[in-house]
Amino acid sequence: MAAGIANDAGMEPILDIRGLSKTYTGGFKALDNVDLQIRKGEIFALLGPNGAGKTTLIGSVCGMVRPTAGTIHAFGLDMKKHWREARQRIGLVPQELGFDIFDTVDRQMSYSRGLFGRAPDRERVTQILRSLQLEDKRRDQIRKLSGGMKRRVLIAKALSHDPDLLFLDEPTAGVDVELRRDMWRLIGQLREQGVTIILTTHYIEEAEEMADRVGIIDKGRILLVDEKHAIMARLGRTEAHFTLEQPMQAVPEALGRYNIHLHDDGRLLCYRGGNGTGNGKADVAEIARILVEQGIRFTALDQSESSLEDIFVEMMQDQEAGA
Amino acid sequence: MINLRGTWAIYKQEVSRAWRAVFGTIVSPVLTTSLYFIVFGSAIGGQMQAVGGVNYGAFIVPGLLMLTLLSESTSNASFGIYMPRFTGSIYELLSAPVGVTETLIGFVGAAATKSLILAAIILATATVFVDYTIAHPILAIGYIMLVAASFSLLGFILGIWAEGFEKLQMIPMLVLMPLTFLGGTFYSIDMLAEPWRSVALFNPIVYLVNGLRWTFYGSSDVNILVSVGSTFAFLALCVVVIAVIFKTGWRLRN
Repeated sequence: MAAGIANDAGMEPILDIRGLSKTYTGGFKALDNVDLQIRKGEIFALLGPNGAGKTTLIGSVCGMVRPTAGTIHAFGLDMKKHWREARQRIGLVPQELGFDIFDTVDRQMSYSRGLFGRAPDRERVTQILRSLQLEDKRRDQIRKLSGGMKRRVLIAKALSHDPDLLFLDEPTAGVDVELRRDMWRLIGQLREQGVTIILTTHYIEEAEEMADRVGIIDKGRILLVDEKHAIMARLGRTEAHFTLEQPMQAVPEALGRYNIHLHDDGRLLCYRGGNGTGNGKADVAEIARILVEQGIRFTALDQSESSLEDIFVEMMQDQEAGA
Repeated sequence: MINLRGTWAIYKQEVSRAWRAVFGTIVSPVLTTSLYFIVFGSAIGGQMQAVGGVNYGAFIVPGLLMLTLLSESTSNASFGIYMPRFTGSIYELLSAPVGVTETLIGFVGAAATKSLILAAIILATATVFVDYTIAHPILAIGYIMLVAASFSLLGFILGIWAEGFEKLQMIPMLVLMPLTFLGGTFYSIDMLAEPWRSVALFNPIVYLVNGLRWTFYGSSDVNILVSVGSTFAFLALCVVVIAVIFKTGWRLRN
């Protein structure tokens, strides 16, 4: 599938990536001619399996990886020439927990804020720590904090300079449900404050819950970028399984226009169709009406909507089959 | 424009890290150097002849100071940049609006500051065990600063080059330490018979030890201008190497 690059007409993207490639020493191509535009104020979820190129993409924008080819503009600034100005406005929460564990939360916050050129502001730091329930831990050494708390510290550090564009690389990987919910709430708050957020995640429910748009990346290539709802509409499916009282030899003619197959020696009538916007459900209701009308009795009906996860898995399988 | 706050943040963070590890940074090297003063300065030194008109105990002060300066400047700076690489916190430095200038001033400045504090403590400690004078105190301070900065730069390079703690210790232990011991710390190279005297002149540490010794006693085995000139050249070489590392992203941005 060709990469889709959606952009609002007339609105300059906050991040504009063109033709970005990265080949590591040894020949591994982590990014292959990536084009991606991120809109101001949106939450963008980048989905992809391990080794797809998500972290390399983030690293290329944030300065940890030197791209082999391509251009990156952030806030309209060429990041090769105006990297200082651009980086001052970008925050990053990395995947790995990496800090001086013998340092205190407070000192790490002041270090991060200073590093990004901001003057000391105790009140602002307190606000950030409070929003992450870290205020009472500010004098604690990081090594004494739990894993979840350490992750909160990473987020607090990334927010310490009030970035306009925030990267979250697998922010909730390995965290408990409560912290994940807290993170989602925080991300929502940041969006309300106008922060543009790009997150990579393995939890597709996270993208489904939070993102405005979703990008799917695999083997260094962007396979699809679209509104989350548009993806659901384009690739979403309704599945319905009717358990029949009596086995059926063939699908009745009245149901011929639907995508229906018989399984389990004719005892299970399976429908698959719709487009994720609700017309699949209408089809199921109509099929049920026709079955009743024709006197075909069924004892159970299981219906499900395909999630973003199903779509993602399906796309990956298609990719592998096409490879 | 240079990010001054970023520079200050790095400097402050590094000094604070050293303060947290005050035993390793200050107490341990001061104790080791004091033992040298006791053994070679007071105990054995009393039995030794004066070297070039300088009492032996006093003669070894610049050499011992140089020994500490070289090893501490190198290890402070190498640990300073290696630890963020090891713990993974380097991501923040690389993604921040700081370049080679801010990074060098921050890391190398902090490492050099620690070395200077250490030098001051060692010189003060030396007065307890031996009598010595400093003929050119201003030049001595300037030369100590030059050496501290140069070897902090070397340490920075080693910290980027090293891929493990073993490699981090390799150059200081296997190269710097032997060269310093053989570089005239405890003797004048004029005391060596040929061809060893000529061989000793190929040891770059000889010029550093003798440069510092000249600022203390106004005389040394080699010309002071050669010492100062070669130290400046070494500093410039380290700056060029670091600039290339940052430009190519070697071991940092790949």
